[in-house]
Amino acid sequence: MSAPAVRRPEPKRPEPAAELSATERRAEKARGRIGVGLIVPGFVYLLLFFAAPVFVLLAMSLYAKPPGAETGVFVPAFEISNYAVALSQYWEPLVRSFLFAGIATVLALLIGYTMAYLVAVRLRQHKLLASILLVILIAPFFSSFVLRTQAWKQILADEGFVVEALRFVAILPEDGRLTATSIAVVAGLTYNFLPFMTLPIYASLERLDTRLLEAAGDLYASPMTAFRRVTLPLSMPGVFAGTLLTFIPASGDYINAAILGNNRDTSMIGQVIDSRFFQIVDYPMAAALSTVLMVVILILVMLYIRKFGTKELF
Amino acid sequence: MSTEATTTAATDQQDGGAVVPGASGGADLVIEHVSKRFAAFTAVDDLSLTIPSGSFFALLGPSGCGKSTTLRMVAGLEQPSEGRLRIGDEDVTDLPSHRRPVNTVFQSYALFPHMSVLDNVAFGLKQRKVRDAVARAKEALELVELGHLAGRRPAQLSGGQQQRVALARAVVNKPQVLLLDEPLGALDMKLRRQMQVELKQIQTELGLTFVHVTHDQEEAMTMADVVAVMNEGRIEQMGAPRELYELPRTAFVANFLGKSNLMHGTVVGREGDYLLVEAAGGVQRLRTDRAVAHDGAVVLGVRPEKMRIFTSGEETVPAGHNRLDGTIIDASFTGVSTEYLVDVPGVGTVGTFTQNMGQATGRAGDPAVMCWDPDFTFGLAGDDDVAAGAAERDA
Ligand SMILES: Nc1ncnc2c1ncn2[C@@H]1O[C@H](COP(=O)(O)OP(=O)(O)OP(=O)(O)O)[C@@H](O)[C@H]1O
Ligand SMILES: [Mg+2]
Repeated sequence: MSAPAVRRPEPKRPEPAAELSATERRAEKARGRIGVGLIVPGFVYLLLFFAAPVFVLLAMSLYAKPPGAETGVFVPAFEISNYAVALSQYWEPLVRSFLFAGIATVLALLIGYTMAYLVAVRLRQHKLLASILLVILIAPFFSSFVLRTQAWKQILADEGFVVEALRFVAILPEDGRLTATSIAVVAGLTYNFLPFMTLPIYASLERLDTRLLEAAGDLYASPMTAFRRVTLPLSMPGVFAGTLLTFIPASGDYINAAILGNNRDTSMIGQVIDSRFFQIVDYPMAAALSTVLMVVILILVMLYIRKFGTKELF
Repeated sequence: MSTEATTTAATDQQDGGAVVPGASGGADLVIEHVSKRFAAFTAVDDLSLTIPSGSFFALLGPSGCGKSTTLRMVAGLEQPSEGRLRIGDEDVTDLPSHRRPVNTVFQSYALFPHMSVLDNVAFGLKQRKVRDAVARAKEALELVELGHLAGRRPAQLSGGQQQRVALARAVVNKPQVLLLDEPLGALDMKLRRQMQVELKQIQTELGLTFVHVTHDQEEAMTMADVVAVMNEGRIEQMGAPRELYELPRTAFVANFLGKSNLMHGTVVGREGDYLLVEAAGGVQRLRTDRAVAHDGAVVLGVRPEKMRIFTSGEETVPAGHNRLDGTIIDASFTGVSTEYLVDVPGVGTVGTFTQNMGQATGRAGDPAVMCWDPDFTFGLAGDDDVAAGAAERDA
């Protein structure tokens, strides 16, 4: 492998490359070689475990089932109609997935931002209290994802105190329930992905120089305006990372829908892919749906980055 | 401008809206018995000041003496533990910072990193919904010679440039009181001098009240109408620069603001307008109206440039002059002048210098006679610490 082809990830150097001395050039070259050496393992890993599977997935999504073949037997083909079937049959869970993921992302943003702001800005002077709160926020996520979701099922169960309380204040009708509803699924998604939202926001708020807020106040901005004009823009990198880290996995999630939802009007695309793959053994359909999911997420994320991500992030 | 009208308009303000009605001209700033304690530590101790409208006031003091804390209380960023603050006729003690007709040039600049230089400068104007905010911000940037960098982010500027942006961002609002917390600290000598002139000009033109915090005694003396020397949370002395320099009332001021030669003595009598003080093995004369204490133990002081030093043994001390005899420890010839350190028995080391008029210079070990007009002597309290402030000055 030739060293000069590798670009060093360092910021631009003030002195032009032409004026480097011989020793400097040698050092540069050595550094270039080390750079290549460091990149190789990751590159091989990605090739083996990302690029190859994606290729297999794309190929599989075009396989065809030969007439009269046994279940689970498919032959290589170029069956574009798999996609037509996938979209026409499963557009509903697909749309629902993005809807649920979207709502969960917004809710997680509201909750996560508030918590991160409280810990990172408001309680900045109280280091101990802030650390304790942070631990409390994160601690539940040391237990397993499935277990936590099961726990939510218990909490939201028909005999649980939440439902009883809601019935008591007549927010829920007498026979109303929470489990097996969209509300439960969205609540589960929101809860389970909350740390992915909170932590990046916390990280950027923690770096916020509160003297800037004093300066804003000094320049006639009310605390509310100072938040809008200074705190919020400066925490945007965290918000940006948090929403992506929440939205992407949430839209492909199937555990919440499986445990907290029903099989009729709350199913998400992950669930469908899961059942196509493991129960009905319809590999091409599962692959086609996965591809669709991937492409839609890709498009949505690109639009999102276009809209909000071009601003200088720092 | 009528202060009356200003304050009324300011009180009528709704949240987040304009505070200063196109202010032109400053207002009195009155600080009444203000203290600030952080836990057990007193940063500002029962401070009382009146800074008249339109004056250039310098707060001078060593690091940690409470200068920034004082400014922060005026700006509303810190709540006084005790005391009241008034601007013009209005008591602002309980007003939040965004409602005070005050702007600050922060010691740390505190520029908004996510905004361009121009947006930084226009920030205050936009908050007050001033119509031609951007145009005015551009003008202010021109004033600090940064017009060409309006589009940059603060991180892309040098320290000195950032400091000038901070200055423009505050000045552009023409507040009744402008607080400057070491606004020129990061500038090199040339730019510093230039900005000092600029600042003084802005202040005179707009008639604003400036409160300028600095470590630099020369800066304080050249720019300010009134200088207050602060030490450990208290004002040691306040007055016009010349008055402060010529007649310090504490050893701290005598040493911190320029250099002084201080010596212990005892009042032994009076003669007309003068006190007779026995010090350094002789009787020195001190004008009664220049003395803090009039009997018992006192500290005598004289500025180095007021003294003359004779090293040849031929000159005679003019009649009525105060006199010290000693031995030269060190003589350093700097071209324009020769600086002497002289050991005087009973006093310690005395510093003085002579202008280079072609006379011979004394050498270390030579005897020397120093004398000065008694009218230049100042008298301090006998229990004052003669070393106070010297270390802080040289820090
Ligand atoms: N928030 C705070 N908590 C505790 N002590 C503080 C706080 N702010 C300031 N102090 C203390 O109060 C004293 C005065 O601080 P201040 O910032 O006013 O000093 P300063 O005169 O501006 O010094 P410098 O010239 O170094 O800027 C210092 O001893 C400082 O340690
Ligand atoms: Mg300070």
